[in-house]
Amino acid sequence: MARVVVDVMLKSEILDPQGEAVLGALPRLGVNDVTSVRIGKRVEIEFDDAVQNVEEQSQIIADKLLANPVIENFTVSVLDEDAV
Amino acid sequence: MSARIGIVTFPGSLDDRDAARAVRLGGAEPVALWHDDAVLKSVDAVFLPGGFSYGDYLRCGAIARFSEVMGLVRDAADRGMPVLGVCNGFQVLCESHLLPGALVRNAHLRYRNRPARLRVETNRTAWTAAFAPDAEVVLPAKHGEGRYVADEATLDRIEANGQVVFRYLDNPNGAMRDIAGVANEAGNVVGLMPHPEHAVEALTGPSTDGLGIVASVLAHLSEGAAR
Repeated sequence: MARVVVDVMLKSEILDPQGEAVLGALPRLGVNDVTSVRIGKRVEIEFDDAVQNVEEQSQIIADKLLANPVIENFTVSVLDEDAV
Repeated sequence: MSARIGIVTFPGSLDDRDAARAVRLGGAEPVALWHDDAVLKSVDAVFLPGGFSYGDYLRCGAIARFSEVMGLVRDAADRGMPVLGVCNGFQVLCESHLLPGALVRNAHLRYRNRPARLRVETNRTAWTAAFAPDAEVVLPAKHGEGRYVADEATLDRIEANGQVVFRYLDNPNGAMRDIAGVANEAGNVVGLMPHPEHAVEALTGPSTDGLGIVASVLAHLSEGAAR
């Protein structure tokens, strides 16, 4: 079984109001040394055993659906190299 | 025979019935389209209504983009058919790359639900042809993810091309350059966050300015027929 993790992050120039809200809450925890918080998505994908082209299919999934290239960047990590 | 305007219902669409009512009040015939329809039922234009298609999962509009009917809408738009996306429909059009830019979480993180004053920046689109130049309209806005964003080069390009169609007079969501609605280069595809379909009767809306959207597409279609 091949496992793939896709991380999706807003591009740095796109305001992340969720991250800003978390940043604003940190002093209430007594944490005052943080300068930036950005929130993204982690997507875990499992392919079936017969799969051949994990990397290629993962790129298609990430580029066409999981991330919107207008506002987001993504990275694809294949966790189980044996299955590639 | 009145023009047939298709209104797409996705799972989670919310404003499809109001859209149909607005189309009827505006003098056109609403035609119900379902997200997995394989035909467009001979419609002359398409209205993608507001709501939460596919639960807004992943990103608003991201999954609706791959529905059966959107393949047909994309082909029809490429051939010049007028397509309007309101709110979630606007998000679907941006996700489908039929319109430039994207819509992200409101800068203040709060859901906004109030009438929005807008300036109609161009009447050279299929959906604004009946408005006076620089007309001001009031349409209800109700969204949590309506902040229009694009990179600076794209913003400059759409400003120069006259593709910024509606601009907020009181920006409710932090949208870049106060942009409330945009068009594609050809002007047949338009998307906006505020809701013209909720502004068609004095009893229930803040104005009847939404009828101008229907009047515009009817004028555009009859012009095309006469040509």
